[in-house]
Amino acid sequence: MLGYTIKRLIQMVVVLWAVSVIVFLMMSFTGDPVFMVVPIDATDAEIAQARRILGLDRSLPEQYFIFVQNMLQGDFGRSYVFREPALDLILERLPATLEIVLVAMAMSAIVAIPLGVYAGANPGRFSSRTIMSGSLLGISLPSFWVGMMLIFLFAVKWRIFPSSGRGDTVEILGTRWSIFTADGWTHVILPSLTLSLATMAIILRITRAGMMEVMRQDYMKFARAKGVSRRNVLYRHGLRNALIPVVTIFGLQLGDLIAFATITETIFAWPGLGKLLIDSIYRADRPVIVVYLMLVALIFVVINFLVDIVYTLIDPRITVK
Amino acid sequence: MMTAFFASEFFANWRRNGSAIAGSVILVIFAVIVVFGPWLVWQDPYDVAGLDLMDSYKPPAWLPGGDPRFPLGTDGQGRDVLAAIIYGTRISVLIGVSAMICSLVIGTFVGLVAGYFRGRLDGLIMRIADIQLSFPSMLIALFLMSAFGTGIDKVLIALTAVGWVVYARTVRGQTLSESGREYVQAARVAGLRNAKIIRRHILPNVTTPLIVVATVQVGTFILIEASLSFLGVGVPITQPSLGLLIKNGFDVLFSGLWWVSVFPGLFIMALVFGINLFGDFLRDELNPRLK
Repeated sequence: MLGYTIKRLIQMVVVLWAVSVIVFLMMSFTGDPVFMVVPIDATDAEIAQARRILGLDRSLPEQYFIFVQNMLQGDFGRSYVFREPALDLILERLPATLEIVLVAMAMSAIVAIPLGVYAGANPGRFSSRTIMSGSLLGISLPSFWVGMMLIFLFAVKWRIFPSSGRGDTVEILGTRWSIFTADGWTHVILPSLTLSLATMAIILRITRAGMMEVMRQDYMKFARAKGVSRRNVLYRHGLRNALIPVVTIFGLQLGDLIAFATITETIFAWPGLGKLLIDSIYRADRPVIVVYLMLVALIFVVINFLVDIVYTLIDPRITVK
Repeated sequence: MMTAFFASEFFANWRRNGSAIAGSVILVIFAVIVVFGPWLVWQDPYDVAGLDLMDSYKPPAWLPGGDPRFPLGTDGQGRDVLAAIIYGTRISVLIGVSAMICSLVIGTFVGLVAGYFRGRLDGLIMRIADIQLSFPSMLIALFLMSAFGTGIDKVLIALTAVGWVVYARTVRGQTLSESGREYVQAARVAGLRNAKIIRRHILPNVTTPLIVVATVQVGTFILIEASLSFLGVGVPITQPSLGLLIKNGFDVLFSGLWWVSVFPGLFIMALVFGINLFGDFLRDELNPRLK
């Protein structure tokens, strides 16, 4: 187990290194950031001066070396737009994104797992087939359009929920949170719902497939025969064994949700990471894009690692090499 | 050929499967839209001379103020929403299908080479695939597009860059197991060249699982393209896909002009739903083990 963990940790570092190279190369070949920092009427000498300050006059390998060196010291450069350290900007926005992502995760788990267990335990029923068609529809919906429709119905037409922003926040542990205020909650619901639909559909389908597999096992009949109630058989014996793929998908979905938050945040003007990324792409604010990508890469790699570890904890049959 | 198809188990199962029929019907309707699109509408939505600003923001025909010439209403430039949707559908489908074909061809080739020759190259390719698969396609595509700028060709490259991996993985796995079989060894002993063994003997045996992946991928690509265009990093404004039409309707949604964005969204939903229904049916048919 220890050997495996170490091997995985080394893999994580390799992946992050690869991502840093790719990010660096992509950034080097697209546009010239020097025009982001100099005024429009700058003279050639001023441009050359700015280029020197940004280190853009050096060779690519040299630039990469400096890039990595700075990164390891936690220095990701300053945003061209905000003139603040890019890392601070990103970290400041992270809680807002985590908020809608975690609420979306919770929403999808609460809805999808019971429905998936039901549809897997009674596959022939009309209601199960309706649930499955519904989930397929959930995968087929463009999430940004769903968000717009929610805004149109709940914010424009019926005026139940606000259409944008975070609402009231309270400061806890040095960051601002919306989910701890009533007004904040009214702002969280629509973005989280938008974000959760696809995940809901996927988790539902995986849960159902797992349950169908498990329902065939003898231990299910045996448990029922020895007098365990149907509910307990389904949830204690069935779901527990069907849960392994669900855990993986949950982990992977967390990453997807962070990515899709870019769209949701854009629609709901939610001041999180995703909106910052899109704004930075529009403004070619390179340092911010780089930190975003490196941070997201780090989050994904860590999630994948944790999922593998959790695997072995839920299912002792899985042995690691 | 045709009679054999109608007598096949595949066709018999299709006839008994309501959602498969529904999916097929949707796909046929969209095929008609894509092929005959320009002849289905009376107005060329991108010929500015044919537009009249007096017609702007007309509601759908059945609402008060609606105009029978514009069944689904008009946008801010007096453009028929239905005509714009039909043109947009063609662009969305064109991108989804072409990107799928590019991914399929490149991914299959890479998978065959990696699985057949193994060794270092295989290791390298699969590492790249692993890294790529740990990131959501949407994010990779978004990142690539932010570097490329807008354009249909660029969207195609970005989608292919995220799409080849699935095929490469599947084909490689299949190739690994196939190339150990007797018939491949026999072909080797018979002195056939590697290229011929791969093409004649391995390729036909690894393609079946790809059909389902390819079908569903078209739907995924259409959704990714729509999201990219919605964010403004997809297709250019002169060639709007369904996603871009929705984006154009977003700004006026707050003024209650819902039809500009609602209908393109419904079309994407129907299209991708049809693809997924049909893909589900294919999955059950081609992998009977999972039934």
